[in-house]
Amino acid sequence: MLRLEKRPSPSRFWQGMTPVLAVALTMVAGGIMFALLGKNPVEAIRTIFWDPLFNEQFASYSRPQLLVKAGPLILIAIGLSLGFRAGIWNIGAEGQYIMGAILGAGVGLAFYPAEHWFIFPLMVVAGALGGWAWAMIPAILRTRFNTNEILVSLLLVYVAQNLLAAMSLGLLRNPEGGGFPGSRNLSQYPAAANPELMAGTGMHWGVVAAFVAVIAAYVLLQRHILGFHIKLAGQAPRAARFAGVNPKALVVMCMGISGALAGLAGLFEVSGPAGQISIDFNVGYGFTAIIVAFLGRLNPVGILFAGLLMALTYIGGELAQFMLGLPAAAIQAFQGMLLFFLLAVDLLTNYRIRLAVKKEAV
Amino acid sequence: MKRRTLLATAALGLSMAFGGAAGAQALDKAKACFVYVGPIGDLGWSYQHHQGALAVQAAYGDKVEVVWQENVPEGADAERVLTQMALSGCNIIFTTSFGYMDATNAVAAKFPDVKFEHATGFKREHPNVATYNARFYEGRAIQGHIAGKMTKSNKIGYIGSFPIPEVVMGINAYYLHAKKVNPAVELTVVWAFTWFDPAKEADAAKAMIEQGVDVIASHTDSTAPLAEAAKSNGAVIGFGQASDMADYKPSPRVSSIIDNWAPYYVKRVGEVLEGTWTQTDVWAGIKEGEVEIGEITSVVPADVKAEAEAMRDAIAAGTYHPFTGPIKKQDGSEWLAEGAVAPDGDLLGMNFYVEGITGDIPK
Repeated sequence: MLRLEKRPSPSRFWQGMTPVLAVALTMVAGGIMFALLGKNPVEAIRTIFWDPLFNEQFASYSRPQLLVKAGPLILIAIGLSLGFRAGIWNIGAEGQYIMGAILGAGVGLAFYPAEHWFIFPLMVVAGALGGWAWAMIPAILRTRFNTNEILVSLLLVYVAQNLLAAMSLGLLRNPEGGGFPGSRNLSQYPAAANPELMAGTGMHWGVVAAFVAVIAAYVLLQRHILGFHIKLAGQAPRAARFAGVNPKALVVMCMGISGALAGLAGLFEVSGPAGQISIDFNVGYGFTAIIVAFLGRLNPVGILFAGLLMALTYIGGELAQFMLGLPAAAIQAFQGMLLFFLLAVDLLTNYRIRLAVKKEAV
Repeated sequence: MKRRTLLATAALGLSMAFGGAAGAQALDKAKACFVYVGPIGDLGWSYQHHQGALAVQAAYGDKVEVVWQENVPEGADAERVLTQMALSGCNIIFTTSFGYMDATNAVAAKFPDVKFEHATGFKREHPNVATYNARFYEGRAIQGHIAGKMTKSNKIGYIGSFPIPEVVMGINAYYLHAKKVNPAVELTVVWAFTWFDPAKEADAAKAMIEQGVDVIASHTDSTAPLAEAAKSNGAVIGFGQASDMADYKPSPRVSSIIDNWAPYYVKRVGEVLEGTWTQTDVWAGIKEGEVEIGEITSVVPADVKAEAEAMRDAIAAGTYHPFTGPIKKQDGSEWLAEGAVAPDGDLLGMNFYVEGITGDIPK
């Protein structure tokens, strides 16, 4: 019989190893699923994980695309991870992402077709502000009225989605769009565009911001008193209070940072890869970032790699769809397995598996 | 632009590997690729395009490799999917939704040797981009006729997807022909703002049924409105949209518009094989067989059925145009004089309701 035994302290080895093990298990289980679908599992796994990086035909294009896809995931996940560490659960990053995009794009479109150097920086500020303000709603409701920030932030996603639809149909709709919902294409409006910074690299300002956020979060957690407070509040809330941590201020701070970063991600996406505000502008980055944050063990460097890995499954998944004819749903199930296995093997960090041979003492 | 040259080189390498796709050269083997906005299993729009893709495979066998990708969002992801398809050696790529318009033209610029076919769009910014569409409004006229005759509450409904000319012209054709046979008819339009979302489509149908609507036409891709109508025990009828949706026969589905893309797809892929493909803008209808009217079921009285079929045959023969004057716009101003036939340009830019429809097109 197998038996679980609580470890005296979380295992450092397994803390680092569980993501690797989860990926390996996902490959095995995913391979079985692909085989059941009548596809060659080895080929499918290779198409998802290897081809986007090294296939001669695609790699020169899909490698930069990895950054494009990973950028917003990393940026959002870094913000979320700070709150998650302190036990503050912002589940509504998708809504904050949308609001950042709407506000940022709105500022840019207000200037159309003027060309000024300050338009894009102003949009960046507006984007961060939009996400921040949307996150402040659950934050203040929690600190004032003790509501549950998980529910409030999640439900605000749906409010934001309806606002997005209203904006694409109304205020921000392209007057030259032939009646189709959606704003002007910002990537075709130079003063408001977030273009590729170096051709062929996929680098745009959003990717730069993601890297800056990784470094800033690392420094914050290692060196800054706020980082210490965040970690303390998560690990020992009572001790944190004795140490002078103001829990309300911490909620406002963590929600604010994660909201602002999600808003930034939305702004960089709408002015770059997506190009326009449209009804289905949001494709779930805000939710996927939650997976990325945990896959990266809430550690800034871990999140960097987790974001890239997640992006890889997206791009590789697309390749597998049209190269091998795998259905889209199978790819989504595959990504879901990743989180499932991660949470499952996480057990190993806090528990030890023992072969229970101990007999009852007689 | 280093990226451009990089891609161009890649494309060049590929085209050489695949036997020189450039120019008017015949190919021994072609790769035809399809991008769908919904799942193939929507049993409507995307399903029907996929039937066309399968027809291409059946027509050319080993000479053509057919690949596809479903559920591709109309946004940043579409451009990546198209680029990856072009890099993978596709000779011709069919992008089967209006929202792929910008992405199709952007990727076409980078791959001049790959042919792009964009459904329902109007932008052909490069010589390797063609557009194609079907005259669905012809089918709508026939549905309107049936709706006007069949409604008992004199309330008919239309589930709109997006307020684009394509959809507006369907609404107008539907209403005009219902009104012609039943002057008391009132039309309710509900906008779903999606091409495929069974839950939303069902909600729209439900809301209309609660208001007393008993004939529902839909411009969205799923069977959900019919499933909703089916709960009424025969009191509410509807039409198959894009696909025959024969599972709901004989009621609530009393007829259907079937998009038959197969002849066009087979022809265009054939032209790629022969090296005779050129840029075109095709708008075919009942006459060419691209729009088919699915069986009118026994629920519809024989005389109504005969009238509807006569209209279908007249449209096919070119003796009747569904938009024939006199027709006034919603605001009362004249659009078409007595006997005048709507020019295609007016239809393709249609952004107004005809006289008698209440409500506004969302602005």
